[in-house]
Amino acid sequence: MQRAIPPVLLAACLILGLPRAACAVDPTELPDPALQARYVALTHELRCMQCQNESLADSPVGLAADLRREVREQLLAGKTDDQIRSWMSARYGDFILFRPRFSLRNAWLWGAPGILLLVGALVCWRVVRNRTILLPSDHEPLEEDGPS
Amino acid sequence: MLPELGHFALILALLLAGLQAFFGIAGPAFARERWSNAVTFAVAGQAVMVATAAACLITSFVNEDFSVAYVAENSNSALPLFYRVAAMWGAHEGSLLLWILLLAGWTVAVALGSGRLPPRFAARVLGVLGVVSFGFLLFTLATSNPFLRLDPPAPDGRDLNPILQDPGLAVHPPILYTGYVGFSVAFAFACAAMLEGKLDQNWARWTRPWTTSAWAFLTCGIALGSFWAYYELGWGGFWFWDPVENASFMPWLVGTALVHSLAVTDKRGLFKSWTLLLAILAFSLSLLGTFLVRSGVLVSVHSFAADPTRGIFILAFLIIMIGGALALYAWRAPLLRSSAGFELGARESFLLFNNVLLVIAAATVFAGTLAPLISDALKLGTLSVGPPYFNPTFMVSMLPLMALLAVGIHANWKRGRLKDSERMLLLTLLAAAVLGCGFAYGLYSHASVLTPVGLTLGVWIVLSSLLDPIDRWRRGLTLPRAVLGMTVAHCGLALAVFALTTVQSFTLERDVALAPGGTATVGSYEFRFGGVKPVQGPNYDAVAGSVTVTRHGAPVAVMSPQKRSYWVQHQVTSETAIRVDHGNNVLLALGEDLGAGRWSIRIQIRPLVSLVWIAAFIMAVGGALAASDRRYRTARALESAPVEGAAGQPG
Amino acid sequence: MTRFLLPLAAFVLLAVVLAIGIRHSPEKGVIASPLLGKPAPQFALPSLTDPAQQVRSTDLKGHWYLFNVWGTWCGGCREEHETLLQVHHAGVVPIIGLDWKDDDTQALGWLTQLGNPYQSVATDHSGREAIEWGVYGAPETFLVNPQGIVVYKHIGALTTDTWTREILPRVSATAGGSS
Repeated sequence: MQRAIPPVLLAACLILGLPRAACAVDPTELPDPALQARYVALTHELRCMQCQNESLADSPVGLAADLRREVREQLLAGKTDDQIRSWMSARYGDFILFRPRFSLRNAWLWGAPGILLLVGALVCWRVVRNRTILLPSDHEPLEEDGPS
Repeated sequence: MLPELGHFALILALLLAGLQAFFGIAGPAFARERWSNAVTFAVAGQAVMVATAAACLITSFVNEDFSVAYVAENSNSALPLFYRVAAMWGAHEGSLLLWILLLAGWTVAVALGSGRLPPRFAARVLGVLGVVSFGFLLFTLATSNPFLRLDPPAPDGRDLNPILQDPGLAVHPPILYTGYVGFSVAFAFACAAMLEGKLDQNWARWTRPWTTSAWAFLTCGIALGSFWAYYELGWGGFWFWDPVENASFMPWLVGTALVHSLAVTDKRGLFKSWTLLLAILAFSLSLLGTFLVRSGVLVSVHSFAADPTRGIFILAFLIIMIGGALALYAWRAPLLRSSAGFELGARESFLLFNNVLLVIAAATVFAGTLAPLISDALKLGTLSVGPPYFNPTFMVSMLPLMALLAVGIHANWKRGRLKDSERMLLLTLLAAAVLGCGFAYGLYSHASVLTPVGLTLGVWIVLSSLLDPIDRWRRGLTLPRAVLGMTVAHCGLALAVFALTTVQSFTLERDVALAPGGTATVGSYEFRFGGVKPVQGPNYDAVAGSVTVTRHGAPVAVMSPQKRSYWVQHQVTSETAIRVDHGNNVLLALGEDLGAGRWSIRIQIRPLVSLVWIAAFIMAVGGALAASDRRYRTARALESAPVEGAAGQPG
Repeated sequence: MTRFLLPLAAFVLLAVVLAIGIRHSPEKGVIASPLLGKPAPQFALPSLTDPAQQVRSTDLKGHWYLFNVWGTWCGGCREEHETLLQVHHAGVVPIIGLDWKDDDTQALGWLTQLGNPYQSVATDHSGREAIEWGVYGAPETFLVNPQGIVVYKHIGALTTDTWTREILPRVSATAGGSS
C-alpha cells in the first residue's frame, strides 16, 4: 500500500537509513516578540504528521509548512496555545502533540519514573539494611591489590 | 559466481555455528572432552566463512555487480568507491551481515583470550555465542539474504541513500555494532556460569575486561552517531530520543550499571544475581533494539524497511534467547548467596544506588520508547512520546546519580569512612559551585534554575575524581591502570554533563531571509550573505551559499552551506556549514530559494557542543584503559572460602 | 524465591505486547482519524472543471458520498484510479474528489486521459481544506453518511477489497440510519 507524499522533498521522509535530509528553515518573524516566542514553542511541540518524528518547525514537507501557517494565523487571530493545540488534535488526533497530555490513559507513562524511584528506594533500603546487619559477622579480608 | 560463493559461505557458516553451539553446550554437559575441544575449530571455521561472505558482498559492490539485488538497491555506477564499500552495510540485509561478522570477531577474540579460563567454562561461553550466531545466520538466510540475484540484472543501481553518502557511514555502524554485539560476550559468560551452576569471584574478574571494552565501543558508536546526525541534519540537533537512538542508549545505560556491578562482585562477591541479571539485560536490550528497528512495530524515520514476517522471526529468536536466559536465571540465581556485609556509607552502597538509578533511567527510556506500541496493543489509543517526556524524566534519575558519583568515589569498600573525605568534598563542592555559577552568570546573562546545578555537578565530579590520583601522586604511589581508567571515564562523564548543560541553556538560533548583501546578527556574531553559486559533485548538483562571518567586527570565516540534489534518487539534502570559534559552534544551513536571490538561512550558535562528543570519547578511553589492566587477567590469589549458603555444585 | 521469576514473567508480558504489535504493524503509520463518528467538515470550494462554480457540502446532504483526496503527483492515486472508476460505474455511491496542492491543467489532463470517476472535483491549492479533514498524505478516502457524519476513513490506495468489505456493507446495511 503505497502512500504518496506531496512534492518538495518526498524522499526526505524515507523509511530507510537515516532521518531527514534538508531542514525546514522558517524565517517567519511575527510582529510581536511574545507571539514569536509562542510560535516557535508551538511549532516545536507539534508533530509533523508525515515525517512522524519531526516537529513542525523542523520538517521540510509541504504539509508542515501549511500547518505552520495555520499556527501563525491563529496566533495572529488571538487564539491561546491551548486552543491551537485542541484545534490541531481535533483534526489529527492527540498524536500530533509531542508532549502527551496528561490523562488517565497515559498516567502510567508519566507516573512511571516516580513509581520506579519509589521501588528503587525500597530495594536500596532493604539491601543496605540486610548487609549492615551482616557486617559485624563478616571477617573476610579485603583483597588489597586487586583492581578497584 | 561471487554472490553464489558468498551465499554458500553463509550456509556453511550456519552449519558451523550450529556445531559450535552443540559442542560448546553439550560437550561440558555430557562431560565429552573431545566435543569441548572441537569448539575452537568450529569458531575458526565459522569466522572464516562469515568473513568470506562479507568479502564477497563488498567485492560485488566494488565491481558494481547489479545482478545482485542488494547491490542494485544500494549502489550506482556514479557512486564513489569509498561509498561503494561502505554501502555494504547501508541497508538491512548488509547490516545484518555486519552484525554477524562482528559477532564472529568477538567470538574469535574470546576463543583466543580464553587460555586462562577453565576449559569447560570456555567451551560453554563459546557455545552460547554459537547459539546467537546460529540465530542471526538463520534469520539472514531465511528472510534477509543479501545475495539474492536479479534476473535480468539491473542496468544501473538505485544509488545509496544520499544521507548515507558521508564519511560517517564508514565508521558509525561498525563501531556501534561492535559495542552492541560485544555485550553478547558478557551474556555468554553469564549463561555459561548459570549452566555451570556456580558463579565465583573469578567469573567477575574474567568478565570485566570484555564488558568494559564492549561498553567503550558502544560509547564511541553512540557518540559518532550523534555527531553524524549533528552535522548531517542541518539544524544543530544531536539527540532526538528517536526509538532507534534509544535502542542503542538503553543497552549503554544497563551496560554501565553492569560494569559497576561487576566491580562489586569481583571485589566482594556481592550482587551476584544482580550482576547476572544485568548481563542478560544488556544483551537482551541489544537484541530488542535490533527487533525494534527491523520489524515495523515502531514508527521512526530511522528504522529499516518494515516487514512483519521478519518481525515474527526476530520475536521468536528473542523469546528463545532471552526467555531461555531468564529461565536459567530463575533456576540458578536463588543458589547464589553471600553473607558479606557493608555499611550505608560504603562503596557498595553507592554502587548499589548507581545500579538502581541507571536501571531506572533505562526503564524510563524503555517505557517511553515502547509506550506507543503498548498503548496501541492494549487499545488505549495512539500515544505520542517525544523529547518533552524523555528530557525531564531522564534527568530525574540522572541528576541524583551525578551528585552521588562525586561522593561515592571516596567511599571505601565495606566501611565507607566518608568522614575522612568530608572536608575535601565540601571544599570541592564550594569551588565547583563558584566556578559553575560564575560560568553561567558571568559569561552569559541568563540561565534557568537547572543550569548552575548541571554546571556545578560537572565541575564537582572532575575535582572530586582528581583528589585521589593527586593524593597518590603526592605520596609517591603508583596509579593502577584500572583506577586511572575509572578517573578518566568519570571526568569524561563530568565534561559531558557540563557541555550538555551549556548547550541546552545557551544555544542561540534564528531563521532569517537574506538577499545578497543582507546581514543578520546573532549573539556576538554578524553574518553577511554573499549569494549562491552552482557547484557540481560526483553524483549531485548543488548550490553553495557564501556567508561572511565576523565576531565583534573581527573576521572569523567565510562559510559555505550547500543544498545538494542527487541525480539518481532525486533527493535534496542540506549540507550544513559548521565552524568552531572560541569554543562556539557556528552553524549555517540553507533553507529555501525565496526568489530574486533571496534565501532563507538558519543560523545557530551552539557553545561547547563539540565538548559533548570529545567527552564521550574520553569516557571510552577511560574504559579502554581500565579494560587493559593486567590484573584482570590474573586469577584471585585467595580462592574465596566457601560461605554458608554458597552456590551448590550441580552440573 | 519467586522474585527470581519476575524478570521472566515481565519478559513474557513484553513478548505478548510485541506480538500484538507485529500483528498491527501493517497499519503502522496509520493514525486513527479523530473525525470518525463526527460531522464532516463543511466546504464550498471552486470546482476543477469550472472555477466559477462551487462544490458544496450542503448540496451533498442527504446522500452517502465518498470524499477522495488525490493529486497528479501521487503514485498511490494512480494505482487506485481503476478502483475508483469501478466504484463510479457501480453507481452506488458518488465520489467527490479533492484535488490537493495540484496544478489545475495537469489535473484536468489526468482526468481526461484516465477517465473521470468523480461526480465533482473541488480544488484545494492552499491545503486548508485537507487540514480540516486531517489529511496527511494522499490518497485518503472518507465515507460520509446522509446525515453528514464521517463513518469510515481509508488511508492509502483504495482497493476493491476495501470497497466490498468496508464501504459497501456500511452503505447497504443502513438505509437511512447512521452507523
